[in-house]
Amino acid sequence: MIIDHPLLGPRDSAEFTYMGDARLIDRPDPDAETAAQDFYEYGYLRGNPAGWHDELWFHEAGDRSWLVVTRNTLTHEISKVQLARDVARSRGRSK
Amino acid sequence: MHDLMPITALGGTEARIDAFDHVTITENDGLALASVAARMGHEKACHTVLEKLLGAVPGPGKAILHDPEAGFWMGPDQWMIGAPRDSHELLADQLSDQFGETASVTEQSGAWVCFDVTGPAMLDLCERLCAVPIRRMVAGDAQRTMIHQLGCFVIRRQDADHIRILGPRASAGSLHHALITTAHSVA
Amino acid sequence: MTQVNRIGRGQVDFTKTLKFSFDGKSYTGHPGDTLASALLANGVRLMGRSFKYHRPRGPLSAGSEEPNALVELRGGARQEPNTRATTVELFDGLLAKSQNRLGSLKFDLLSINDRFSNFLTAGFYYKTFMWPAAFWEKFYEPIIRNAAGLGSLSLKDDPDVYDKGFLHCDLLIIGAGPAGLSAALTAGRAGADVILADEDFRMGGRLNSETFAIGDASGADWAAAAVAELASLPNVRLMPRTTVIGAFDHGIYGAVERVSDHIHTPDAGKPRQVLWRIYTKQTVLAAGAIERPIAFENNDRPGIMLASALRTYANRFAVAADRRVAIFTNNDDGHRTASDLHARGVKVVAVIDTRAEAPRSMDYEVLHGQVIDTKGRLGLTFAEVKLADGSMRTLDCGALGLSGGWNPNVHLTCHQRGRPTWNPDLAAFVPGTDLPPGMTVAGAAQGDLSTAGALAGGAKAARAVLGLKGRMPVLPEAEDAPVNITPFWYVEGCSRAWLDQQNDVTVKDVKLSHQEGFRSVEHLKRYTTLGMATDQGKTSNMGGLAIMAELAGKAIPEVGTTIFRPPYTPTAIGVLAGRHRGQEFHPKRLTPSHKWAEEQGAVFVEVGNWLRAQWFPKPGETHWRESVDREVLATRKSVGVCDVTTLGKVDVQGTDAAAFLNKIYCNGFAKLAVGKTRYGLMLREDGIAMDDGTAARLAEDHFVVTTTTANALPVYRHMEFVRQCLCPDMDVQLISTTEAWAQYAVAGPNSRKLLEKIVDQDISNEAFPFMACANITICGGLRARLFRISFSGELAYEIAVPMAYGDALMRKIMEVGAEFDVTPYGTEALGVMRIEKGHAAGNELNGTTTAQNLGMGRMISSLKDCIGKTLSQREGLNADGDLRQVGIRPVDPNDPVPAGAHLMNADGPIDAAHDQGYATSACYSPNLGHAIAIGFLKNGSDRMGERMRLVSPLTKVQVDVEITSAHFIDPEGERLRA
Repeated sequence: MIIDHPLLGPRDSAEFTYMGDARLIDRPDPDAETAAQDFYEYGYLRGNPAGWHDELWFHEAGDRSWLVVTRNTLTHEISKVQLARDVARSRGRSK
Repeated sequence: MHDLMPITALGGTEARIDAFDHVTITENDGLALASVAARMGHEKACHTVLEKLLGAVPGPGKAILHDPEAGFWMGPDQWMIGAPRDSHELLADQLSDQFGETASVTEQSGAWVCFDVTGPAMLDLCERLCAVPIRRMVAGDAQRTMIHQLGCFVIRRQDADHIRILGPRASAGSLHHALITTAHSVA
Repeated sequence: MTQVNRIGRGQVDFTKTLKFSFDGKSYTGHPGDTLASALLANGVRLMGRSFKYHRPRGPLSAGSEEPNALVELRGGARQEPNTRATTVELFDGLLAKSQNRLGSLKFDLLSINDRFSNFLTAGFYYKTFMWPAAFWEKFYEPIIRNAAGLGSLSLKDDPDVYDKGFLHCDLLIIGAGPAGLSAALTAGRAGADVILADEDFRMGGRLNSETFAIGDASGADWAAAAVAELASLPNVRLMPRTTVIGAFDHGIYGAVERVSDHIHTPDAGKPRQVLWRIYTKQTVLAAGAIERPIAFENNDRPGIMLASALRTYANRFAVAADRRVAIFTNNDDGHRTASDLHARGVKVVAVIDTRAEAPRSMDYEVLHGQVIDTKGRLGLTFAEVKLADGSMRTLDCGALGLSGGWNPNVHLTCHQRGRPTWNPDLAAFVPGTDLPPGMTVAGAAQGDLSTAGALAGGAKAARAVLGLKGRMPVLPEAEDAPVNITPFWYVEGCSRAWLDQQNDVTVKDVKLSHQEGFRSVEHLKRYTTLGMATDQGKTSNMGGLAIMAELAGKAIPEVGTTIFRPPYTPTAIGVLAGRHRGQEFHPKRLTPSHKWAEEQGAVFVEVGNWLRAQWFPKPGETHWRESVDREVLATRKSVGVCDVTTLGKVDVQGTDAAAFLNKIYCNGFAKLAVGKTRYGLMLREDGIAMDDGTAARLAEDHFVVTTTTANALPVYRHMEFVRQCLCPDMDVQLISTTEAWAQYAVAGPNSRKLLEKIVDQDISNEAFPFMACANITICGGLRARLFRISFSGELAYEIAVPMAYGDALMRKIMEVGAEFDVTPYGTEALGVMRIEKGHAAGNELNGTTTAQNLGMGRMISSLKDCIGKTLSQREGLNADGDLRQVGIRPVDPNDPVPAGAHLMNADGPIDAAHDQGYATSACYSPNLGHAIAIGFLKNGSDRMGERMRLVSPLTKVQVDVEITSAHFIDPEGERLRA
């Protein structure tokens, strides 16, 4: 597969390491009252859709960026690639 | 002065040169290296120092082939700076002074082996080593890629027939082997 | 022997003669020949035996679709089985042998199978070898293994080398026939980056096999001129002898270039083949079409081949398969073969056409009828023809050309779930609409079977994919005959009529499988093995499908095709491995003192690609334990030195560096003083221990973190995940410095005295206490780092210098340490000393254990959040009776305590239900004089002193043991702080 890196352009997926569901960015608030349940769901209840999926890919043999790749798991079509850092910020993550 | 004798990445006391009919592979043991990463909130100030140092800020996939310090982009807000070791043995310290609190500087001199590949078969050699579109790259292009399962930087230098490859130093022998066997294939 | 079957001229260089040998007999041929064409020229039709029935076989085709003419090529270690004689380019000294025979090719003893064919029908494995079960391993399997397979392996290492490579282009054109050449000329002239790949050694495709003219030139001359023009364009890369084997995601294609297969032996250092990974924006597939045969009784005799192959042999190779030829066809194309052969002086006995409305000829007889049987033990001698009026004719011929129509070569169009669609006009499948993205199909592969159609299709495809504007250039005039075909798959009433000649699947087998209830085409394939041979059914699948459709009362498109998968043609495993074999399977990592360790005779072990010294045998030591015991004792007595360069190191800087470490480690780092080091335990988010190491604070905003050797990469990846995805606004910068610093552990009561001889600064206990760290200089000025940390439990330091000075530092340590008998120690002694101290390592941090299990539950800071904290508090990880790390010692000091063995109560049953825990790491402790182990035991902290049994049912070991603290040596840690 080819992943169109937002900074570096098209790169072979062989340069990347895969980590699955990009919802891993949404780490729950450890201080919430429901933290135990939230973390359980965060850790164990992830989607595995046959179709479009936001995934985390690490450019291990490249610039060491984590990317959020929107990929169709049935056709391997990739519709969007973003820097995970930007996605994390847009979802309100900070420090 | 201390009396400890350095060895090259390939383990010799002198840099190794392997010449083939159409390509020459030279171990470059004379580089001092340090990485520079902009501190958060100081990106602009860091760029200003980079510009002063290199003449410009290397963008993604780019190198500034400047003398005596050259630099290339490693990742977002991160660059590798190189300079002759003879004049810049303490490059990281020198850069730390220049960048101050605008950047984190880390010595990288020991971490890399450097091979200069020259000659007309250079492109043939490169396309049997890694996936970078070497024929489309121009002077100043610097790409990180995989060679023989090793994360390496491939930099097109000013001369049309000169490519610089930086690879992980501990695997210098394996990388050298890959370069030499491939040189036999193409040269 | 002379080349009795040469006729006229072709694209073979008669000015040079090549010698070759087949089954020990010498023959001659010419440059431009294939092995098959040269053998046919020499009057050799019999080239192999079939898989199951050992039927005599000759070539069916003249290309890579060949099912029959498979030979063992070359000899010695280079012997390669199942090589298609139809694609082997003849070279001087070529050596080939027929295969799959017992005895000679002409008198194959296993041809007895043919007499027992009734027992060897479809599914015979499943039916015959059912009982008794005990017979399987001893009797059936050896016999089947002996009989199965075609060629034999040399069982020697492949002496050749294979390269891999990467190419980028705007347009990849697959196939250099009229459509491919036309596309390449269009794109090449327009300046696009073009790769033109063709599996043949001579580009031109069918143009080399036909007598058609293109414009004023012959097709072959036009192709040669086109190739010459393309070769002159710097933006076009011509790749003959290159098979595109697969179409992968996003415009990535795999291609095998046979660089040296056409010469006797590759030149020194040159690869035999190259596996190219081609990245392309667009692809024009111009892979042509493959003719299909017709099934009838005994249609597999040598001499019976595709009509187009007869044409190729005649026009391209100047070879007649025999001087008397008949043609059996259901379409107009078969008649071309007859007229071409007639023009070359070959006697065309008759053309048998299944259609009443067949073209007539003045030159030879055209019969309306069918070939219903043939004769000839080792090659065709007679063909039996049943005419439409019911009368019979026997034709005296040595070759029979079959033309059942053409199948567009849709293979690569289907590599990404694409399915071909049925074209009734061609009676063939053509590419569907769901092509791999970026692919366009042109020429015969698209169903444009005429030369003019191919030239136009290729040009149009190239213009379309490159977005070229302007008028379509005028193409040269070329043959533009329509396709006239009436589908005809097999002769009614035949049974031993071959569909898949390589796997010996007959019409009868397909009928049997239908009778036995196999309805899906994929089931048919697996039950009968139709299309499962090395040719993957290129000439046979269609026939099988057609018969299946007829039996099921369905239309062919309703039955559908089996899935096409890469590779397109058989591919050597060697080229897939490339250079990654033997010692070069993966790269090695060497520390700078590797050479020094070699000089000491060190024995090395691989850890995370690093080669680490395992122990340093001294003269007279005959067992590794002697060396390891000595190293341990010497270190604990005086001083030892160990290369720990391999530990992962990460430079962590930034104003939020401490906050970042607080996040990734379960224990706190915010309050760690500058100049101090702290042990850190990292958890996974699920609460399981991930890795451990130390973090040294060199400045307020600068830490150096170490990881275990094997986990350096995943830990760095995890740290970047936390930095970029979870804490994107932290001011923290990471970079690996694993390979920047050479690092040595100097351990033992005399370690300070030794280091004082090289370190330029004061390292007394007061100035540099336990867990101190600092940037220092050594030997009068070399920059270095010193950490007072200990894995051995002794007074110990780790000292780091830039990588280039590692070798010199090691030699210096040995030199100045001589007065203390400094002893280098390896990973085994390191392991012994850490087990003696009860330090957890990889065996304990094994992906199932928590901080609590490791006895470090209290390290998880209650004052801050960290990765893994919340889930580490889950009930299941904190139950009563959880595993705790303990020490294990044998009651009888002579007993072993094997790692991996399980702990059972002193009394009671020994089974999984009563399992109490297990030993993770074990060694012989030379300091204690007996074996020791650490492990995990239920409720372990409360069971000190308990007698238990350590059992390993697998190795039949049962030892009485006592549970102890895991800290076997210096439990109070006084030595560390000395």
